[in-house]
Amino acid sequence: MSVVAEPEPEADPEADPKAEPESEAQLEARFQAVIARKDRIEPRDWMPDAYRRTLVRQVAQHAHSEIIGMQPEGSWISRAPSLRRKAILLAKVQDEAGHGLYLYSAAETLGVSRQELTEMLISGRQKYSSIFNYPTLSYADMGTIGWLVDGAAICNQVPLCRTSFGPYGRAMIRICKEESFHQRQGYELLATMMRGTDEQRAMVQESVDRFWWPSLMMFGPPDDASPNTAQSMAWGVKTHTNDELRQRFVDMTVPQAAALGVTLPDPDLVWNAERGAHDFGQPDWDELWAVVKGNGPCNTQRVAHRKRAWDEGAWVREAALAFANGTGTGTDDNDNDNDGTEPA
Amino acid sequence: MSGQISGEWPLYEVFVRGKRGLNHVHVGSLHAPDDQLALRHARDVYTRRNEGVSIWVVRSSAITASSPDEKDPLFAPSGDKVYRHPTFYDIPADVPHM
Repeated sequence: MSVVAEPEPEADPEADPKAEPESEAQLEARFQAVIARKDRIEPRDWMPDAYRRTLVRQVAQHAHSEIIGMQPEGSWISRAPSLRRKAILLAKVQDEAGHGLYLYSAAETLGVSRQELTEMLISGRQKYSSIFNYPTLSYADMGTIGWLVDGAAICNQVPLCRTSFGPYGRAMIRICKEESFHQRQGYELLATMMRGTDEQRAMVQESVDRFWWPSLMMFGPPDDASPNTAQSMAWGVKTHTNDELRQRFVDMTVPQAAALGVTLPDPDLVWNAERGAHDFGQPDWDELWAVVKGNGPCNTQRVAHRKRAWDEGAWVREAALAFANGTGTGTDDNDNDNDGTEPA
Repeated sequence: MSGQISGEWPLYEVFVRGKRGLNHVHVGSLHAPDDQLALRHARDVYTRRNEGVSIWVVRSSAITASSPDEKDPLFAPSGDKVYRHPTFYDIPADVPHM
């Protein structure tokens, strides 16, 4: 390459330290213009602190949900009834780990570190989806989680592919592509059980009864009790309200339930021809708030499990780092009194 | 850039973001004496017709790549896991939105 760069400082203000810095108002105006034309904000763009904070909270919560979400299903891998089902469940839990990693990477572009994020999860300063605080009591729950929980997640995530923060949207695109397998394996599992014995059909119904309301809660509180929604929508972080997405989920799920042959446990669930949508009952919002505040059936054990995995993995992280830095000591080495100092 | 360079300028790989919202994509490489000039050259060589809104340059020597010889053993583990694909599951045609 023999291209000679010509000096042209005015053409590229970023490269010229003498250029006038833009005022806060100009930066804000440029940010708003990007949002207004439904374009994407990228990590090196200026953004308001509140936008950054909102995204860190939302993307981190999303990442934590994927990571904690491995636990309710992970506990059934060893008890799956066939090699086929075991391999499928393993692949699904593995995907969830991957989805967590995509999302943590997106959060890191906002200036938080992986370690900080993990510590905020373990210390309870950041949340994860309330749904993962419910126990998985029967193997049918593996199907119900795929069908309802992942179905609700897909409803929520498809619009997020067009969220205003570039790295978050790109992570969502990868995740949505992989999520389809999750939902279909769940539905297929339930359909298989529904073709089985009366006892198996009862297991499916009992599982759906337990997961229906918590699945509806996954979309968050009703719009009139969701103070952050308006700002998130103005910023293009969210593109639909909680209630809109909940309605979409119910409308999609009702015919799937009918095809499966299960009843959704809501006496108020009925088609409203005038609205062209289903009317349905409200979940117990007091229960949602109790679970969010830490008083769900499994909150304590989920976080304790994650903390244990993090603590017990410390030596692996340290050993890998020591190896990479060339400071690892062999077992024959006499220098075993590790006082934390590094060899010069 | 650390270290003295003698002889040929080092090789850089160039990644261009076509528009906001898209990933940076590898578009090619060029030689440059340092990072800043690599960026300038990349602009001149690869974005003369508004091809991009952002450029990354990275020294080719800083990239660790899988070897073509390893292709089979490296990717074989995902080859037999057809159940990772949604099409593996039979869902009746009359079940909507799935």
